[in-house]
Amino acid sequence: MELNILTLVYLVASVTFILGLKMLSNPAAARKGNLIAAAGMTLAILATIFLYEDAAGSKLGNYTWIFAGLSIGGVIGTMAARKVKMTAMPEMVSLFNGMGGACAALISIVEFNHMTHQTGGLSDAVDPVTLLIILLGLIIGTVSFTGSMIAWGKLNGRVKDFSFPGQHLLNNLFILITFALAGYMVFALPEGLHIYFYIILCLSVFYGVFFVLPIGGADMPVVISLLNSFTGVAAACGGFLYDNKVMLTGGILVGAAGTLLTILMCKAMNRSLLNVLIGSFGGGSKATAGAKEAGGHYKEISLSDAAMVMSYANKVMIVPGYGLAVAQAQHVCHELEKTLEARGVEVKYAIHPVAGRMPGHMNVLLAESDVSYEKLLEMEQANEEFKTTDVVLILGANDVVNPAAKSDPASPIFGMPILEVEEAKTVIVNKRSMKPGYAGIENQLFFQPKTSMLFGDAKKALQDLLAEIKNI
Amino acid sequence: MDTVLNWISGHQQMIYIVILMVFVGVEVIGRVPSVLHTPLMSGANAIHGVVIIGAIIVMGQAEEGNYLALIMGFLAVVLGTLNVVGGFVVTDRMLEMFKKKK
Repeated sequence: MELNILTLVYLVASVTFILGLKMLSNPAAARKGNLIAAAGMTLAILATIFLYEDAAGSKLGNYTWIFAGLSIGGVIGTMAARKVKMTAMPEMVSLFNGMGGACAALISIVEFNHMTHQTGGLSDAVDPVTLLIILLGLIIGTVSFTGSMIAWGKLNGRVKDFSFPGQHLLNNLFILITFALAGYMVFALPEGLHIYFYIILCLSVFYGVFFVLPIGGADMPVVISLLNSFTGVAAACGGFLYDNKVMLTGGILVGAAGTLLTILMCKAMNRSLLNVLIGSFGGGSKATAGAKEAGGHYKEISLSDAAMVMSYANKVMIVPGYGLAVAQAQHVCHELEKTLEARGVEVKYAIHPVAGRMPGHMNVLLAESDVSYEKLLEMEQANEEFKTTDVVLILGANDVVNPAAKSDPASPIFGMPILEVEEAKTVIVNKRSMKPGYAGIENQLFFQPKTSMLFGDAKKALQDLLAEIKNI
Repeated sequence: MDTVLNWISGHQQMIYIVILMVFVGVEVIGRVPSVLHTPLMSGANAIHGVVIIGAIIVMGQAEEGNYLALIMGFLAVVLGTLNVVGGFVVTDRMLEMFKKKK
């Protein structure tokens, strides 16, 4: 009876996962979808604790430990997720993803010891298929864990890009040896399985680290999404191990959806996954040098001039970027938009799909400050409207408006669709300094005759600009 | 060879689930707008936290005195919970921002 209820609960939970994921891909239903999946998960966890029975019909024990673990994880998780700043969201996701990977790896370690104990150290008695699943869970979980930790460190600036000649070769060697060893263990069942097991664990740790290290920081969301789907597969391995259908459903669902999402993210940047994984930005150093030589003079614009140009324009397009997010300038930005509109200026926002540090970053920020949804133009729309725009105001965006993506085949971002701001009559760029953007490349746009620079922190600059406009 | 065939027929339900879920996963998010990429990634991240169920089973089956299993299981439960709870809360916070757009 109780086992039947457990089966039913697992079924319901599986459906909530599918429904939740479905609703998450629709802006209107997304929040509800998340809550539905969370409810299903809670149900599945509680049912497992109280109703689960193993093959011999005995229930789970160690309730104190289980609930202690659940409360510690729950409290820390909630606090961390509540406190994190909007700009740090992607690294938080990476961190949580790593926790899931580590969890899957730990399960594999315990189950491996359990299995070798049961067979009394006799390798012949080990079931090779179970061993294979345990190994897969270990490898994928560990790679996901260490990879996510590196991605997390990179996003918050603690870990720098690092690559050395032959790194890809070494990486491939690592993964090849790992799978060769795993295959040897499964097919030959040699004596001393333990030793092989821990060698594989070490190799997976290194592989995860070296796999993410050379990938450019701007590509981290793609990597996190990929590692996310890895963890899904690792969770599914657990599903096979315990003959547990909800783990299997959830894991494979995320594995498949995560892989597709990774590809979609790459497409938004007009790059292939392979290009992201092996084309680390370091390869573009030659192009950077070339662009620097071609640099030249840029001109600055004073606040009052900028205010004048903007308040007498017919149409102003604002291009937000990471600079806006860092300075938390979204509210002032909305204020500026309202003031200009009151003067009869048409104001719109041009949103590049990967502006900021994660897709949708800008939409979230601007929605927070009540900017109306209709004013946010997607890239294709915006590119059509630039021709009729008088002033483009770029707030801390750089790579997404870099014309090198269209004109310079040697540039590391060549081929990425960009916002074609140079179509507009004038361009005002607000940046803190002339330093290059996240991809580490110079931007020709800043040296064009129609471009002028307005240096300073986005929030401060916008506040001053606003005051000037009100004075006119 | 026999082991593999035996295993497949013994686990055919599971194998069917895997195949179907691959298609469902791809189908379900096929037309997501790029605005939602990050929240969707975060939501999927929370869902694979279902690995916590495995951690709970490990923990619950650990015998008294088997400290390796007890400690590892406990760690796994904590980490898994972090993944689930943190994942859902972060996703909710991201999506909260979208709600106010009207």
